[in-house]
Amino acid sequence: MSFLRRNLTAYGFLCGALFCFTVFAWYPMVREFILSFQRTDLINEPTWVGLDNFTNAIQDPAFGEAWLNTLEFTFLALVCGYAVPFVVALVLNELRHARAYLRFVVYLPVMLPPIVAVLLFRWFYDPGPGLFNQVLDAFGLPPSAWLDSSSTALISLVIVSTWMNMGSATLIYLAALQNIPPELYEAAELDGAGIFKRIRHVTIPQTRLILLLMLMLQIVATMQVFIEPYMLTGGGPENSTVTVAYLMFQNAFTLQDYGSAGALGMMLMIVLLVFAAFQLRLTREDKA
Amino acid sequence: MISVGARASAGRGRGRKRSPKPIEVQFRTIVSPHQLNSPWGRRVYWLVLVAVLVLFTLAFVFPLYWMATGALKTPEELAQMPPTLFPADPTPEAFFEAWDLFDIGTLLVNTVYYSLGGWVVCMAVDVSAAYALSKLRPAFGNVILGMMLATLMIPAMVVLIPLYVTVVDLGLLNNPWALWLPAAANGFNIFLLKRFFDSIPRELIEAAQIDGAGPVRVLRSVVLPISRPILGVVSIFTIVTSFKDFVWPLLVMTDSDKMTISVGLSQTAGAVTQNQVMGGLLITSIPMVIVFFIFQRHIMAGLTAGSIKG
Repeated sequence: MSFLRRNLTAYGFLCGALFCFTVFAWYPMVREFILSFQRTDLINEPTWVGLDNFTNAIQDPAFGEAWLNTLEFTFLALVCGYAVPFVVALVLNELRHARAYLRFVVYLPVMLPPIVAVLLFRWFYDPGPGLFNQVLDAFGLPPSAWLDSSSTALISLVIVSTWMNMGSATLIYLAALQNIPPELYEAAELDGAGIFKRIRHVTIPQTRLILLLMLMLQIVATMQVFIEPYMLTGGGPENSTVTVAYLMFQNAFTLQDYGSAGALGMMLMIVLLVFAAFQLRLTREDKA
Repeated sequence: MISVGARASAGRGRGRKRSPKPIEVQFRTIVSPHQLNSPWGRRVYWLVLVAVLVLFTLAFVFPLYWMATGALKTPEELAQMPPTLFPADPTPEAFFEAWDLFDIGTLLVNTVYYSLGGWVVCMAVDVSAAYALSKLRPAFGNVILGMMLATLMIPAMVVLIPLYVTVVDLGLLNNPWALWLPAAANGFNIFLLKRFFDSIPRELIEAAQIDGAGPVRVLRSVVLPISRPILGVVSIFTIVTSFKDFVWPLLVMTDSDKMTISVGLSQTAGAVTQNQVMGGLLITSIPMVIVFFIFQRHIMAGLTAGSIKG
Protein backbone atom coordinates (compact mmCIF):
# COMPACT_ATOMS: atom_id res chain seq x y z
CA MET A 1 0.00 0.00 0.00
CA SER A 2 1.28 3.41 -0.80
CA PHE A 3 1.84 5.94 1.99
CA LEU A 4 -1.09 8.06 0.82
CA ARG A 5 -3.53 5.19 0.53
CA ARG A 6 -2.57 3.77 3.89
CA ASN A 7 -3.12 7.14 5.54
CA LEU A 8 -6.44 7.68 3.82
CA THR A 9 -7.76 4.30 5.01
CA ALA A 10 -6.42 4.90 8.51
CA TYR A 11 -8.09 8.29 8.78
CA GLY A 12 -11.27 6.74 7.38
CA PHE A 13 -11.27 4.38 10.36
CA LEU A 14 -10.36 7.23 12.71
CA CYS A 15 -12.92 9.77 11.55
CA GLY A 16 -15.67 8.66 13.96
CA ALA A 17 -13.39 8.91 16.95
CA LEU A 18 -11.88 12.17 15.76
CA PHE A 19 -15.36 13.66 15.46
CA CYS A 20 -16.45 12.47 18.91
CA PHE A 21 -13.24 13.63 20.57
CA THR A 22 -13.15 16.97 18.80
CA VAL A 23 -16.73 17.94 19.58
CA PHE A 24 -17.28 16.23 22.94
CA ALA A 25 -13.85 16.11 24.56
CA TRP A 26 -11.28 18.51 23.12
CA TYR A 27 -13.57 21.40 22.30
CA PRO A 28 -15.26 21.37 25.76
CA MET A 29 -11.80 21.63 27.32
CA VAL A 30 -11.18 24.80 25.33
CA ARG A 31 -14.73 25.94 25.98
CA GLU A 32 -14.20 25.55 29.72
CA PHE A 33 -11.38 28.06 29.45
CA ILE A 34 -13.45 30.50 27.36
CA LEU A 35 -16.49 30.01 29.58
CA SER A 36 -14.67 31.16 32.68
CA PHE A 37 -13.97 34.56 31.07
CA GLN A 38 -17.45 35.10 29.62
CA ARG A 39 -20.91 35.81 30.92
CA THR A 40 -22.98 32.89 29.63
CA ASP A 41 -26.62 32.18 30.40
CA LEU A 42 -27.48 30.24 27.23
CA ILE A 43 -30.15 32.83 26.33
CA ASN A 44 -28.15 35.92 25.35
CA GLU A 45 -24.95 35.95 23.34
CA PRO A 46 -21.98 35.37 25.68
CA THR A 47 -20.00 38.52 26.47
CA TRP A 48 -16.40 38.85 27.62
CA VAL A 49 -16.17 39.93 31.25
CA GLY A 50 -12.50 39.45 32.07
CA LEU A 51 -11.94 38.09 35.56
CA ASP A 52 -15.45 38.91 36.85
CA ASN A 53 -16.44 35.26 37.07
CA PHE A 54 -13.47 34.49 39.25
CA THR A 55 -14.18 37.38 41.62
CA ASN A 56 -17.86 36.38 41.71
CA ALA A 57 -16.99 32.80 42.52
CA ILE A 58 -14.54 33.81 45.25
CA GLN A 59 -16.92 36.33 46.79
CA ASP A 60 -19.65 33.69 47.05
CA PRO A 61 -20.17 33.25 50.82
CA ALA A 62 -20.15 29.47 50.36
CA PHE A 63 -16.83 29.49 48.47
CA GLY A 64 -14.51 29.01 51.44
CA GLU A 65 -16.81 26.50 53.07
CA ALA A 66 -17.10 24.50 49.88
CA TRP A 67 -13.32 24.10 49.65
CA LEU A 68 -12.99 23.26 53.33
CA ASN A 69 -15.80 20.71 53.06
CA THR A 70 -14.28 19.20 49.95
CA LEU A 71 -10.91 18.87 51.67
CA GLU A 72 -12.52 17.44 54.77
CA PHE A 73 -14.57 15.00 52.71
CA THR A 74 -11.47 13.95 50.78
CA PHE A 75 -9.51 13.49 53.99
CA LEU A 76 -12.25 11.45 55.67
CA ALA A 77 -12.90 9.46 52.52
CA LEU A 78 -9.21 8.64 52.34
CA VAL A 79 -9.07 7.52 55.95
CA CYS A 80 -12.07 5.22 55.32
CA GLY A 81 -11.94 4.58 51.62
CA TYR A 82 -8.20 4.20 51.33
CA ALA A 83 -7.08 2.37 54.44
CA VAL A 84 -10.11 0.10 54.80
CA PRO A 85 -9.89 -1.59 51.37
CA PHE A 86 -6.18 -2.30 51.84
CA VAL A 87 -6.69 -3.88 55.24
CA VAL A 88 -9.69 -5.81 53.90
CA ALA A 89 -7.62 -7.04 50.96
CA LEU A 90 -4.80 -8.11 53.31
CA VAL A 91 -7.26 -10.17 55.37
CA LEU A 92 -9.09 -11.61 52.35
CA ASN A 93 -5.79 -12.70 50.84
CA GLU A 94 -5.06 -14.79 53.94
CA LEU A 95 -8.38 -16.60 53.85
CA ARG A 96 -8.59 -19.97 52.14
CA HIS A 97 -12.35 -20.42 52.18
CA ALA A 98 -15.35 -18.56 50.76
CA ARG A 99 -13.04 -16.36 48.68
CA ALA A 100 -15.44 -16.20 45.75
CA TYR A 101 -18.35 -15.25 48.01
CA LEU A 102 -16.40 -12.53 49.81
CA ARG A 103 -15.13 -11.03 46.58
CA PHE A 104 -18.63 -11.13 45.15
CA VAL A 105 -20.29 -9.32 48.03
CA VAL A 106 -17.63 -6.66 48.42
CA TYR A 107 -18.02 -5.72 44.75
CA LEU A 108 -21.82 -5.97 44.73
CA PRO A 109 -22.45 -2.34 45.80
CA VAL A 110 -20.13 -1.13 43.04
CA MET A 111 -22.40 -2.77 40.48
CA LEU A 112 -25.54 -1.07 41.77
CA PRO A 113 -26.45 2.30 40.28
CA PRO A 114 -25.29 4.97 42.77
CA ILE A 115 -28.84 6.22 43.07
CA VAL A 116 -29.81 2.90 44.70
CA ALA A 117 -27.09 3.17 47.33
CA VAL A 118 -27.89 6.81 47.97
CA LEU A 119 -31.65 6.42 48.35
CA LEU A 120 -31.21 3.26 50.41
CA PHE A 121 -28.90 5.04 52.85
CA ARG A 122 -31.18 8.05 52.97
CA TRP A 123 -33.74 5.73 54.47
CA PHE A 124 -31.21 4.11 56.85
CA TYR A 125 -30.20 7.57 58.08
CA ASP A 126 -33.80 8.53 58.86
CA PRO A 127 -33.60 9.74 62.49
CA GLY A 128 -36.91 8.05 63.39
CA PRO A 129 -37.52 4.56 62.02
CA GLY A 130 -34.24 4.47 60.09
CA LEU A 131 -32.19 1.30 60.40
CA PHE A 132 -29.08 2.91 61.89
CA ASN A 133 -30.80 4.56 64.82
CA GLN A 134 -32.74 1.35 65.46
CA VAL A 135 -29.47 -0.58 65.61
CA LEU A 136 -27.94 2.03 67.94
CA ASP A 137 -31.07 1.80 70.06
CA ALA A 138 -30.85 -2.00 70.20
CA PHE A 139 -27.34 -1.67 71.67
CA GLY A 140 -28.57 0.97 74.12
CA LEU A 141 -26.68 3.78 72.41
CA PRO A 142 -28.10 7.28 71.97
CA PRO A 143 -29.55 8.02 68.50
CA SER A 144 -27.62 10.19 66.06
CA ALA A 145 -29.05 12.89 63.82
CA TRP A 146 -26.93 11.64 60.88
CA LEU A 147 -27.73 13.85 57.88
CA ASP A 148 -29.71 16.39 59.89
CA SER A 149 -26.85 17.71 61.99
CA SER A 150 -24.02 19.80 60.61
CA SER A 151 -21.53 17.87 62.74
CA THR A 152 -22.39 14.38 61.43
CA ALA A 153 -23.67 15.09 57.91
CA LEU A 154 -20.30 15.01 56.19
CA ILE A 155 -19.16 11.77 57.80
CA SER A 156 -22.52 10.23 56.89
CA LEU A 157 -21.81 11.04 53.25
CA VAL A 158 -18.34 9.49 53.59
CA ILE A 159 -19.92 6.27 54.88
CA VAL A 160 -22.26 5.99 51.86
CA SER A 161 -19.43 6.82 49.52
CA THR A 162 -17.14 4.21 51.05
CA TRP A 163 -19.85 1.56 51.04
CA MET A 164 -20.59 1.96 47.38
CA ASN A 165 -17.01 2.42 46.12
CA MET A 166 -14.66 0.32 48.21
CA GLY A 167 -15.21 -2.89 46.25
CA SER A 168 -13.11 -1.93 43.26
CA ALA A 169 -10.15 -0.74 45.34
CA THR A 170 -10.31 -3.94 47.40
CA LEU A 171 -10.19 -6.17 44.33
CA ILE A 172 -7.34 -4.16 42.80
CA TYR A 173 -5.28 -4.51 45.98
CA LEU A 174 -6.14 -8.18 46.17
CA ALA A 175 -4.75 -8.72 42.67
CA ALA A 176 -1.61 -6.79 43.61
CA LEU A 177 -1.12 -8.89 46.75
CA GLN A 178 -1.36 -12.09 44.73
CA ASN A 179 1.49 -10.89 42.51
CA ILE A 180 3.95 -10.73 45.41
CA PRO A 181 6.51 -13.53 44.98
CA PRO A 182 6.12 -16.01 47.87
CA GLU A 183 9.90 -16.37 48.18
CA LEU A 184 10.03 -12.90 49.69
CA TYR A 185 7.79 -13.95 52.56
CA GLU A 186 9.79 -17.13 53.04
CA ALA A 187 13.04 -15.17 53.16
CA ALA A 188 11.54 -12.67 55.62
CA GLU A 189 10.33 -15.52 57.78
CA LEU A 190 13.77 -17.14 57.81
CA ASP A 191 15.17 -13.82 58.91
CA GLY A 192 12.80 -13.98 61.86
CA ALA A 193 10.32 -11.31 60.77
CA GLY A 194 6.94 -11.59 62.49
CA ILE A 195 3.62 -10.99 60.76
CA PHE A 196 3.65 -7.21 61.16
CA LYS A 197 7.26 -6.95 60.07
CA ARG A 198 6.43 -9.03 57.00
CA ILE A 199 3.63 -6.60 56.14
CA ARG A 200 5.87 -3.62 56.71
CA HIS A 201 8.98 -4.88 54.94
CA VAL A 202 7.55 -7.11 52.21
CA THR A 203 3.89 -6.38 51.49
CA ILE A 204 3.94 -2.60 51.56
CA PRO A 205 7.17 -2.09 49.55
CA GLN A 206 5.95 -4.63 46.99
CA THR A 207 2.60 -2.86 46.51
CA ARG A 208 3.97 0.66 46.95
CA LEU A 209 3.31 1.77 43.40
CA ILE A 210 -0.29 0.60 43.31
CA LEU A 211 -0.86 2.12 46.73
CA LEU A 212 0.43 5.47 45.49
CA LEU A 213 -1.53 5.30 42.23
CA MET A 214 -4.76 4.45 44.03
CA LEU A 215 -4.11 7.30 46.44
CA MET A 216 -3.93 9.76 43.54
CA LEU A 217 -6.93 8.23 41.78
CA GLN A 218 -9.02 8.40 44.92
CA ILE A 219 -8.04 11.97 45.72
CA VAL A 220 -9.08 13.02 42.22
CA ALA A 221 -12.32 11.02 42.45
CA THR A 222 -13.36 12.16 45.91
CA MET A 223 -12.57 15.81 45.28
CA GLN A 224 -15.27 15.73 42.60
CA VAL A 225 -17.89 14.37 45.00
CA PHE A 226 -21.31 15.43 43.86
CA ILE A 227 -24.09 12.87 43.85
CA GLU A 228 -23.97 12.24 47.62
CA PRO A 229 -24.47 15.88 48.71
CA TYR A 230 -26.88 16.49 45.81
CA MET A 231 -29.20 13.63 46.70
CA LEU A 232 -28.76 13.32 50.46
CA THR A 233 -28.35 16.77 51.96
CA GLY A 234 -28.69 19.41 49.25
CA GLY A 235 -25.59 21.05 50.72
CA GLY A 236 -27.10 21.50 54.15
CA PRO A 237 -27.50 21.60 57.07
CA GLU A 238 -25.97 25.09 57.28
CA ASN A 239 -23.79 24.54 54.21
CA SER A 240 -21.91 21.80 56.02
CA THR A 241 -21.93 19.52 52.98
CA VAL A 242 -21.54 22.04 50.15
CA THR A 243 -18.65 20.73 48.04
CA VAL A 244 -16.91 22.50 45.17
CA ALA A 245 -18.54 20.24 42.58
CA TYR A 246 -21.93 20.81 44.20
CA LEU A 247 -21.44 24.56 44.23
CA MET A 248 -20.41 24.44 40.58
CA PHE A 249 -23.53 22.50 39.68
CA GLN A 250 -25.72 24.94 41.62
CA ASN A 251 -24.13 27.96 39.94
CA ALA A 252 -24.62 26.50 36.51
CA PHE A 253 -27.94 24.74 36.62
CA THR A 254 -29.90 26.52 39.34
CA LEU A 255 -28.60 30.07 38.93
CA GLN A 256 -27.88 29.75 35.17
CA ASP A 257 -24.52 31.41 35.80
CA TYR A 258 -22.34 29.19 33.64
CA GLY A 259 -19.44 31.65 33.83
CA SER A 260 -18.98 31.43 37.61
CA ALA A 261 -19.38 27.68 37.42
CA GLY A 262 -16.71 27.63 34.72
CA ALA A 263 -14.40 29.72 36.91
CA LEU A 264 -14.91 27.33 39.83
CA GLY A 265 -14.28 24.45 37.47
CA MET A 266 -10.99 26.00 36.36
CA MET A 267 -9.85 26.26 39.97
CA LEU A 268 -10.86 22.68 40.72
CA MET A 269 -9.14 21.52 37.56
CA ILE A 270 -5.86 23.21 38.45
CA VAL A 271 -5.84 21.54 41.86
CA LEU A 272 -6.71 18.15 40.39
CA LEU A 273 -4.22 18.46 37.53
CA VAL A 274 -1.43 18.70 40.07
CA PHE A 275 -2.48 15.31 41.39
CA ALA A 276 -3.04 13.96 37.89
CA ALA A 277 0.45 15.03 36.83
CA PHE A 278 1.87 13.27 39.82
CA GLN A 279 -0.13 10.18 38.88
CA LEU A 280 1.19 10.31 35.34
CA ARG A 281 4.74 10.37 36.65
CA LEU A 282 4.02 7.31 38.76
CA THR A 283 2.58 5.44 35.77
CA ARG A 284 5.75 6.19 33.82
CA GLU A 285 7.81 4.88 36.71
CA ASP A 286 5.68 1.74 36.70
CA LYS A 287 6.49 1.04 33.06
CA ALA A 288 10.21 1.63 33.43
CA MET B 1 -27.19 -33.96 78.59
CA ILE B 2 -24.79 -36.73 79.46
CA SER B 3 -24.97 -38.28 76.06
CA VAL B 4 -24.26 -34.95 74.41
CA GLY B 5 -21.21 -34.39 76.59
CA ALA B 6 -20.02 -37.90 75.96
CA ARG B 7 -20.33 -37.51 72.24
CA ALA B 8 -18.50 -34.21 72.35
CA SER B 9 -15.62 -35.65 74.29
CA ALA B 10 -15.49 -38.67 72.01
CA GLY B 11 -15.35 -36.33 69.07
CA ARG B 12 -12.51 -34.42 70.61
CA GLY B 13 -10.67 -37.66 71.36
CA ARG B 14 -11.03 -38.76 67.77
CA GLY B 15 -9.76 -35.40 66.61
CA ARG B 16 -6.64 -35.81 68.70
CA LYS B 17 -5.90 -39.27 67.37
CA ARG B 18 -6.48 -38.52 63.71
CA SER B 19 -4.53 -35.43 62.75
CA PRO B 20 -7.00 -32.70 61.63
CA LYS B 21 -7.43 -32.04 57.97
CA PRO B 22 -4.90 -29.33 57.17
CA ILE B 23 -6.06 -26.01 55.73
CA GLU B 24 -5.11 -26.16 52.10
CA VAL B 25 -2.60 -23.57 50.97
CA GLN B 26 -2.33 -23.04 47.25
CA PHE B 27 -0.10 -20.01 47.43
CA ARG B 28 2.12 -18.57 50.07
CA THR B 29 0.96 -15.32 51.74
CA ILE B 30 1.98 -13.36 54.80
CA VAL B 31 1.06 -16.13 57.21
CA SER B 32 3.14 -19.24 56.49
CA PRO B 33 1.38 -22.58 55.91
CA HIS B 34 3.17 -23.97 58.94
CA GLN B 35 1.88 -21.19 61.20
CA LEU B 36 -1.59 -21.49 59.73
CA ASN B 37 -1.78 -25.18 60.51
CA SER B 38 -0.45 -24.96 64.04
CA PRO B 39 -3.17 -25.50 66.67
CA TRP B 40 -3.35 -21.79 67.48
CA GLY B 41 -3.09 -20.77 63.87
CA ARG B 42 -6.10 -22.90 63.05
CA ARG B 43 -8.17 -21.44 65.85
CA VAL B 44 -7.34 -17.88 64.91
CA TYR B 45 -7.93 -18.67 61.24
CA TRP B 46 -11.43 -20.04 61.77
CA LEU B 47 -12.27 -17.21 64.14
CA VAL B 48 -11.17 -14.60 61.60
CA LEU B 49 -12.96 -16.41 58.78
CA VAL B 50 -16.25 -16.50 60.64
CA ALA B 51 -15.85 -12.88 61.76
CA VAL B 52 -15.14 -11.72 58.20
CA LEU B 53 -18.05 -13.73 56.80
CA VAL B 54 -20.46 -12.28 59.35
CA LEU B 55 -19.14 -8.76 58.95
CA PHE B 56 -19.24 -8.82 55.15
CA THR B 57 -22.72 -10.30 55.08
CA LEU B 58 -23.94 -7.65 57.50
CA ALA B 59 -22.21 -4.81 55.69
CA PHE B 60 -22.93 -5.69 52.08
CA VAL B 61 -25.80 -8.18 51.90
CA PHE B 62 -27.96 -7.08 54.81
CA PRO B 63 -28.64 -3.56 53.40
CA LEU B 64 -29.90 -5.20 50.22
CA TYR B 65 -31.98 -7.66 52.23
CA TRP B 66 -33.41 -4.69 54.12
CA MET B 67 -34.24 -3.01 50.81
CA ALA B 68 -35.98 -6.11 49.45
CA THR B 69 -37.97 -6.79 52.62
CA GLY B 70 -38.73 -3.08 52.98
CA ALA B 71 -40.50 -3.28 49.65
CA LEU B 72 -42.58 -6.21 50.92
CA LYS B 73 -43.78 -4.42 54.05
CA THR B 74 -46.71 -2.06 54.44
CA PRO B 75 -45.99 1.61 55.23
CA GLU B 76 -47.39 1.03 58.73
CA GLU B 77 -45.01 -1.84 59.34
CA LEU B 78 -42.10 0.27 58.07
CA ALA B 79 -42.90 3.01 60.58
CA GLN B 80 -43.03 0.49 63.40
CA MET B 81 -40.39 0.65 66.13
CA PRO B 82 -38.47 -1.55 66.64
CA PRO B 83 -38.55 -2.72 63.01
CA THR B 84 -39.50 -6.26 62.11
CA LEU B 85 -36.73 -8.47 60.76
CA PHE B 86 -39.11 -10.38 58.50
CA PRO B 87 -42.13 -8.76 56.90
CA ALA B 88 -45.15 -9.84 58.94
CA ASP B 89 -47.41 -10.11 55.95
CA PRO B 90 -45.32 -9.88 52.76
CA THR B 91 -47.23 -8.27 49.91
CA PRO B 92 -45.77 -7.51 46.50
CA GLU B 93 -48.19 -4.58 46.30
CA ALA B 94 -45.41 -1.99 46.54
CA PHE B 95 -43.71 -3.35 43.42
CA PHE B 96 -46.80 -2.85 41.30
CA GLU B 97 -47.44 0.56 42.83
CA ALA B 98 -43.80 1.54 42.28
CA TRP B 99 -43.98 0.25 38.72
CA ASP B 100 -46.96 2.51 37.98
CA LEU B 101 -45.94 5.56 40.03
CA PHE B 102 -42.41 5.75 38.73
CA ASP B 103 -43.48 4.59 35.28
CA ILE B 104 -40.63 2.10 35.57
CA GLY B 105 -41.56 0.31 32.35
CA THR B 106 -40.76 3.39 30.27
CA LEU B 107 -37.70 4.28 32.35
CA LEU B 108 -36.28 0.78 32.10
CA VAL B 109 -36.84 0.60 28.34
CA ASN B 110 -35.18 4.03 27.97
CA THR B 111 -32.18 3.03 30.08
CA VAL B 112 -31.67 -0.27 28.27
CA TYR B 113 -32.04 1.47 24.92
CA TYR B 114 -29.49 4.15 25.87
CA SER B 115 -27.08 1.55 27.25
CA LEU B 116 -27.22 -0.78 24.26
CA GLY B 117 -27.25 2.06 21.73
CA GLY B 118 -24.30 3.64 23.53
CA TRP B 119 -22.51 0.32 23.43
CA VAL B 120 -22.97 -0.04 19.66
CA VAL B 121 -21.77 3.51 18.98
CA CYS B 122 -18.90 3.22 21.42
CA MET B 123 -17.66 -0.09 20.02
CA ALA B 124 -17.96 1.04 16.41
CA VAL B 125 -16.03 4.25 17.08
CA ASP B 126 -13.44 2.95 19.53
CA VAL B 127 -12.64 -0.37 17.88
CA SER B 128 -12.08 1.19 14.47
CA ALA B 129 -10.00 3.98 16.00
CA ALA B 130 -7.86 1.54 17.98
CA TYR B 131 -7.46 -0.64 14.89
CA ALA B 132 -6.34 2.33 12.80
CA LEU B 133 -3.89 3.49 15.46
CA SER B 134 -2.51 0.03 16.09
CA LYS B 135 -2.38 -1.65 12.68
CA LEU B 136 -2.70 1.03 9.98
CA ARG B 137 -0.35 3.43 11.78
CA PRO B 138 -1.24 6.74 10.13
CA ALA B 139 0.96 9.81 10.25
CA PHE B 140 0.52 11.68 13.57
CA GLY B 141 -1.09 8.55 15.05
CA ASN B 142 0.86 8.88 18.27
CA VAL B 143 -0.05 12.54 18.60
CA ILE B 144 -3.73 11.66 18.25
CA LEU B 145 -3.45 8.84 20.77
CA GLY B 146 -1.67 11.16 23.18
CA MET B 147 -4.38 13.76 22.86
CA MET B 148 -7.05 11.11 23.43
CA LEU B 149 -5.28 9.90 26.55
CA ALA B 150 -4.86 13.47 27.76
CA THR B 151 -8.65 13.73 28.11
CA LEU B 152 -8.42 11.13 30.89
CA MET B 153 -6.49 13.64 32.97
CA ILE B 154 -9.34 16.16 32.91
CA PRO B 155 -11.74 15.61 35.82
CA ALA B 156 -15.22 14.62 34.62
CA MET B 157 -17.08 17.11 36.81
CA VAL B 158 -15.06 20.00 35.37
CA VAL B 159 -15.85 19.26 31.72
CA LEU B 160 -19.49 18.68 32.61
CA ILE B 161 -20.48 22.32 32.25
CA PRO B 162 -18.74 23.17 28.95
CA LEU B 163 -19.95 19.82 27.60
CA TYR B 164 -23.50 20.73 28.55
CA VAL B 165 -23.14 24.14 26.91
CA THR B 166 -21.82 22.43 23.78
CA VAL B 167 -24.73 20.00 23.69
CA VAL B 168 -27.21 22.85 24.13
CA ASP B 169 -25.54 24.76 21.29
CA LEU B 170 -25.88 21.71 19.06
CA GLY B 171 -29.55 21.34 20.02
CA LEU B 172 -29.03 17.77 21.23
CA LEU B 173 -30.99 18.02 24.51
CA ASN B 174 -33.32 15.06 24.99
CA ASN B 175 -31.65 13.32 22.10
CA PRO B 176 -29.97 9.97 22.85
CA TRP B 177 -26.96 11.04 20.77
CA ALA B 178 -26.16 13.48 23.58
CA LEU B 179 -25.45 10.40 25.69
CA TRP B 180 -23.85 8.24 23.03
CA LEU B 181 -21.37 10.55 21.34
CA PRO B 182 -19.64 11.88 24.50
CA ALA B 183 -19.48 8.31 25.82
CA ALA B 184 -17.78 7.16 22.62
CA ALA B 185 -15.00 9.72 23.18
CA ASN B 186 -13.46 7.34 25.70
CA GLY B 187 -9.67 7.44 25.70
CA PHE B 188 -9.42 4.57 28.11
CA ASN B 189 -11.33 2.15 25.86
CA ILE B 190 -9.17 3.09 22.91
CA PHE B 191 -6.05 2.62 24.99
CA LEU B 192 -7.13 -0.85 26.18
CA LEU B 193 -8.19 -1.97 22.71
CA LYS B 194 -5.07 -0.61 21.04
CA ARG B 195 -2.83 -2.31 23.55
CA PHE B 196 -4.52 -5.62 22.82
CA PHE B 197 -4.42 -5.13 19.05
CA ASP B 198 -0.70 -4.33 19.33
CA SER B 199 -0.11 -7.83 20.66
CA ILE B 200 -1.62 -9.52 17.57
CA PRO B 201 1.29 -10.91 15.52
CA ARG B 202 2.03 -9.01 12.34
CA GLU B 203 2.42 -12.30 10.39
CA LEU B 204 -1.24 -13.14 10.94
CA ILE B 205 -2.36 -9.90 9.36
CA GLU B 206 0.18 -10.10 6.55
CA ALA B 207 -1.03 -13.61 5.72
CA ALA B 208 -4.58 -12.30 5.41
CA GLN B 209 -3.39 -9.40 3.27
CA ILE B 210 -1.57 -11.80 0.92
CA ASP B 211 -4.84 -13.68 0.57
CA GLY B 212 -6.26 -10.39 -0.70
CA ALA B 213 -8.07 -9.12 2.41
CA GLY B 214 -8.53 -5.36 2.64
CA PRO B 215 -8.36 -3.46 5.93
CA VAL B 216 -12.07 -3.97 6.69
CA ARG B 217 -11.82 -7.67 6.04
CA VAL B 218 -8.69 -7.97 8.20
CA LEU B 219 -10.48 -6.21 11.05
CA ARG B 220 -13.56 -8.40 10.75
CA SER B 221 -11.99 -11.78 10.10
CA VAL B 222 -8.65 -11.61 11.90
CA VAL B 223 -8.52 -8.90 14.55
CA LEU B 224 -12.02 -9.09 16.02
CA PRO B 225 -12.17 -12.89 16.53
CA ILE B 226 -8.79 -12.87 18.30
CA SER B 227 -9.74 -9.91 20.47
CA ARG B 228 -12.85 -11.45 21.96
CA PRO B 229 -11.62 -11.26 25.58
CA ILE B 230 -10.84 -7.55 25.49
CA LEU B 231 -13.99 -6.80 23.51
CA GLY B 232 -15.98 -8.58 26.22
CA VAL B 233 -14.37 -6.57 29.00
CA VAL B 234 -14.78 -3.24 27.22
CA SER B 235 -18.40 -4.07 26.31
CA ILE B 236 -19.43 -4.96 29.83
CA PHE B 237 -17.81 -1.90 31.33
CA THR B 238 -19.36 0.38 28.71
CA ILE B 239 -22.86 -1.00 29.27
CA VAL B 240 -22.61 -1.05 33.06
CA THR B 241 -21.19 2.48 33.20
CA SER B 242 -23.94 3.91 31.05
CA PHE B 243 -26.64 2.04 32.98
CA LYS B 244 -25.29 3.45 36.25
CA ASP B 245 -24.64 6.97 35.03
CA PHE B 246 -26.58 9.67 36.84
CA VAL B 247 -25.32 13.23 36.50
CA TRP B 248 -25.04 13.44 32.72
CA PRO B 249 -28.47 11.92 31.92
CA LEU B 250 -29.89 14.16 34.66
CA LEU B 251 -28.73 17.16 32.65
CA VAL B 252 -29.44 16.14 29.07
CA MET B 253 -32.46 13.79 29.21
CA THR B 254 -34.91 15.99 31.05
CA ASP B 255 -38.24 15.07 29.44
CA SER B 256 -40.08 12.75 31.80
CA ASP B 257 -40.68 10.21 29.04
CA LYS B 258 -36.99 10.19 28.06
CA MET B 259 -35.36 9.92 31.48
CA THR B 260 -33.14 7.07 32.61
CA ILE B 261 -34.21 4.95 35.52
CA SER B 262 -31.73 6.52 37.97
CA VAL B 263 -32.91 10.03 37.14
CA GLY B 264 -36.58 9.04 37.16
CA LEU B 265 -36.26 7.48 40.61
CA SER B 266 -34.45 10.50 42.00
CA GLN B 267 -37.16 12.85 40.74
CA THR B 268 -40.14 10.93 42.11
CA ALA B 269 -38.65 9.40 45.27
CA GLY B 270 -39.71 12.31 47.48
CA ALA B 271 -43.38 12.01 46.54
CA VAL B 272 -44.08 8.34 47.25
CA THR B 273 -44.05 6.07 50.32
CA GLN B 274 -40.91 4.37 51.54
CA ASN B 275 -41.93 0.85 50.55
CA GLN B 276 -42.64 2.06 47.03
CA VAL B 277 -39.21 3.69 46.85
CA MET B 278 -37.63 0.41 47.95
CA GLY B 279 -39.67 -1.45 45.34
CA GLY B 280 -38.37 0.90 42.69
CA LEU B 281 -34.78 0.56 43.89
CA LEU B 282 -35.04 -3.22 43.90
CA ILE B 283 -36.33 -3.28 40.33
CA THR B 284 -33.47 -0.97 39.31
CA SER B 285 -30.86 -3.15 41.00
CA ILE B 286 -31.99 -6.46 39.52
CA PRO B 287 -30.57 -5.99 35.98
CA MET B 288 -27.13 -5.06 37.33
CA VAL B 289 -27.09 -7.92 39.82
CA ILE B 290 -27.97 -10.34 37.01
CA VAL B 291 -25.21 -8.89 34.82
CA PHE B 292 -22.79 -9.29 37.72
CA PHE B 293 -23.81 -12.91 38.29
CA ILE B 294 -23.29 -13.80 34.65
CA PHE B 295 -20.16 -11.79 33.85
CA GLN B 296 -18.49 -11.88 37.26
CA ARG B 297 -15.19 -13.25 35.98
CA HIS B 298 -14.97 -10.80 33.09
CA ILE B 299 -15.75 -7.87 35.34
CA MET B 300 -13.17 -8.83 37.94
CA ALA B 301 -10.56 -9.60 35.29
CA GLY B 302 -11.23 -6.30 33.56
CA LEU B 303 -11.02 -4.37 36.80
CA THR B 304 -7.50 -5.54 37.53
CA ALA B 305 -6.27 -5.72 33.94
CA GLY B 306 -7.44 -2.28 32.97
CA SER B 307 -7.15 -0.05 35.92
CA ILE B 308 -3.52 -0.12 36.92
CA LYS B 309 -1.14 -1.93 34.64
CA GLY B 310 -0.55 0.92 32.22
